[in-house]
Amino acid sequence: MKNHNINRREFLKRLGIGAGVTGLTLTGCSTASKKLSSASSASSSELPTDKMTYRVNPKTGENVSLLGYGCMRWPTISGESARDGEEDIDQDTVNDLVDTAIAHGVNYFDTSPAYCKGRSEHATGIALSRHPRNSYYIATKLSNFAPSTWSREASLAMYKNSLKELQTDYIDYMLLHGVGMSDGMEEFNKRYIDNGVLDFLLSERETGRIKNLGFSYHGDIKVFDYLLSQHEKYKWDFVQIQLNYVDWKHAKEVNERNTNAEYLYGELEKRGIPAIIMEPLLGGRLSNVPEHIVTRLKQKEPDRSVASWAFRYAGTHPGVLTVLSGMTYKEHLLDNLHSFCPLKPLTDEELAFLYDTADLMMQYPTIPCNDCKYCMPCPYGLDIPAILLHYNKCINEGNIPASSQSDNYREARRAFLVGYDRSVPRLRQANHCIGCGQCAPHCPQSIDIPGQLHKIDGFVEKLKQGTL
Amino acid sequence: MRKLKIIRQSVAVISIILVTLLFLDFTGTIHTWFGWMAKIQFLPAVLALNIGVIIALVALTLLFGRIYCSVICPLGIMQDGFGWLGKRSKKNRYSYSKPKNMLRYIILALIVVAIITGVSVFVSLLAPYSAYGRIAQSLFAPIWQWGNNLLARWAESHDSYAFYTVDIWLKGGITLVVAIVTLVVLAFLSWRNGRTYCNTICPVGTTLGFLSQFSLLKPVIDTSKCNGCGLCARNCKAACINSKEHKIDYSRCVTCFDCINKCHRGAISYTLRRSIKNAQADKGKTSERVDDSRRQFLTVSATVAAAAAVQAQEKTVDGGLAAITNKKIPARKTKIVPPGAKGIKNLSSHCTACQLCVSACPNNVLRPSTDLETLMQPESSYERGYCRPECTRCSEVCPTGAIRSITRADKSSIQIGHAVWVKENCVPLTDGVECGNCARHCPVGAITMVPSDSENGNSPKIPIVNIERCIGCGACENLCPARPFSAIYVEGHEIHRTI
Repeated sequence: MKNHNINRREFLKRLGIGAGVTGLTLTGCSTASKKLSSASSASSSELPTDKMTYRVNPKTGENVSLLGYGCMRWPTISGESARDGEEDIDQDTVNDLVDTAIAHGVNYFDTSPAYCKGRSEHATGIALSRHPRNSYYIATKLSNFAPSTWSREASLAMYKNSLKELQTDYIDYMLLHGVGMSDGMEEFNKRYIDNGVLDFLLSERETGRIKNLGFSYHGDIKVFDYLLSQHEKYKWDFVQIQLNYVDWKHAKEVNERNTNAEYLYGELEKRGIPAIIMEPLLGGRLSNVPEHIVTRLKQKEPDRSVASWAFRYAGTHPGVLTVLSGMTYKEHLLDNLHSFCPLKPLTDEELAFLYDTADLMMQYPTIPCNDCKYCMPCPYGLDIPAILLHYNKCINEGNIPASSQSDNYREARRAFLVGYDRSVPRLRQANHCIGCGQCAPHCPQSIDIPGQLHKIDGFVEKLKQGTL
Repeated sequence: MRKLKIIRQSVAVISIILVTLLFLDFTGTIHTWFGWMAKIQFLPAVLALNIGVIIALVALTLLFGRIYCSVICPLGIMQDGFGWLGKRSKKNRYSYSKPKNMLRYIILALIVVAIITGVSVFVSLLAPYSAYGRIAQSLFAPIWQWGNNLLARWAESHDSYAFYTVDIWLKGGITLVVAIVTLVVLAFLSWRNGRTYCNTICPVGTTLGFLSQFSLLKPVIDTSKCNGCGLCARNCKAACINSKEHKIDYSRCVTCFDCINKCHRGAISYTLRRSIKNAQADKGKTSERVDDSRRQFLTVSATVAAAAAVQAQEKTVDGGLAAITNKKIPARKTKIVPPGAKGIKNLSSHCTACQLCVSACPNNVLRPSTDLETLMQPESSYERGYCRPECTRCSEVCPTGAIRSITRADKSSIQIGHAVWVKENCVPLTDGVECGNCARHCPVGAITMVPSDSENGNSPKIPIVNIERCIGCGACENLCPARPFSAIYVEGHEIHRTI
């Protein structure tokens, strides 16, 4: 029996010798060596062009690609996203991205008059007009956020302009944009009801200039519930919601105004309304995740990206028509195509694994500060971005111990506290935040800065007092 | 017999290094292991009524003589270091001198009276361990911390958390001056004449000297071997060997064993007491030169030439950051002393101003007092930090019982003072913003924010202090955004209460 007991190391050693011999005898015969020239996931040539997963629109019967192209982040000539940069959109690159997407079966393009500082529809229109109009679906929105566009005339002008910029005479998917934001119902009525714009859009649907009418929802749940209660009247063809494995159960922890995707999706499923998914990556936070989460996900699927988990998650829900991704770079597009050509739905076990991952992430979520410094200077001398970034850094490096019983408690405590004093002078640390709130309105990320600072201060106190 | 000196020197070097480290190590690690080194010091043990230690030290002296002065007392060891340097520049530089017993006993008597009556300054100034503590805290610690900060900077550039930066600041000007004067005077005296301080002024030296006259073991001159060369006397740092009469003044002998090693004839031995009556004057002449055999012993690393330039750490300010005015000490009617001190009187009557608590305080709260009555004794103030709830460091290190050992739980209920609100400085009223930072950080929840106008619930909120719950830790004062004077500050209590 002993002889049969080859241990793992021994086995690998023998295998290595064997492989070495094979290599020697077959020199020159390239097909015999199984080594790949590159990793399979990184190369576009490996991607099939005919394997895209499609979902059927129950009303029109059209096949919509499960990956939809979000056009709010087209690249500029300097290579950054046009959402952030001032430079012109790089039309050649946009064309190339659109061509690649269409070649691999993507047929849903989602834009808005507001995207890319108002330049997205124009650029998208140019790129798409190079393809037959029946080979893709255009989604755009009535983005009358500014009070100056609340009048019927201005809103209609916005709609007409969309048709012009997109070089088309019909819109496949038309959305009321961002209902539920700011004042909720009140603002919704001003934007779409009082001025008769919704009635106008309904009539446009009658004429066929709008094929599908729906809305995208953020914020106040009352508006969402109200619009669905009026489903009999409006006959929504689809609804766009925020859904990802964190928002499924933790939406309130991410943003107090948000509602769990579990509820939103459930309400749509009940009524048989197809869901279009936005923020599958939670604004990038599900691709740029803490180190211990990276390890966790990579261990399970070493050759797939961290982001691919989030896309597969969104696509796994059967009531989802398409999953939007704002892809600035070709690499993002290829990685996403890899996830959807075809979609390998998550198993129940994998879903449970992702929900556990979300629980882990929400234990100490990172703060969406990007160090823009708009909040500065704090009148009481705090270095707000430095505090928030130190906290995020510690989360991402796994130095936020959950309790004093954690394995790495001592090291993590030291790293947090010593690093805190290094990153932020003591007099500028979170314990000096008086909560005057003068910073908060300046934050483009709508971070509740005093709340976060007090939370961090509370955490520091627990570390210092050893009461975590 | 020659080994005795090497043993003495080795123990002394280890001892002074450890005691010094107690003053230098701000992490508290050394205290965990060697905190007892401070507690076996004689005067602190007497003040703490530490009977065990007192009995042990008395027994030690009755057995071996004033070995305490040679291997335990850091000030004595430091003087030996200077003396060693002095002997290198001029050999055989000491000579016998008559005892100044009157002076010694008068000073001892004065110290006893001072301790009883509570005139702490006198005790603080003359107590040997405390004098050394002040030197270590005022002069050595800044150098140590500065070195640490260099290491911290290096560690930071290597993404290591092994070292962290500490604030270096001048804790007490008078204490620094006293430390420098003490160091200079003692260095001069010991360099020239050895243990002059120990045998004329030091109250511990006088007390132990009285006991050591009756010690079991002591250096004894064998008159049958002695040729009266006087080499022993010229190398006795205690100036206690009368070679002419073959007599040793055991009240001044610090049992250093130098004479034993010096004597070519092996005439001096450390042995049981023998009658010295049958000592005979041996007039044998000798012109032998001094044995120049190099001494191979550990050297006391007392090379403390440079006084530390104490510098306050300045913050670099970026353009995007508001300037921060430093806090100033408010005019307190009653000063604050740390929890465990029981009260101002208990602290001042037990404290020998050794500065061990001041150097151990990790929150920059303790600093030596500048009042004449409590000169150099610790007191608290909260401009740089506050007395944090998890810290009981000063109570752990205090060797004299001036700050009694307390637990964290004890601390949370010891009221050392109470917070007082200063309406004129309060930010919600002056700046019209929300605040409540004092209430948010009060560890005992003694502060509540209430509308300043009881009729109007939307009026700016101001803090009210529940004096019964306040423990006087100073979190509110330290974290108050009003600068340079806080809108809430702590008044000390003369006697601490448990709430």
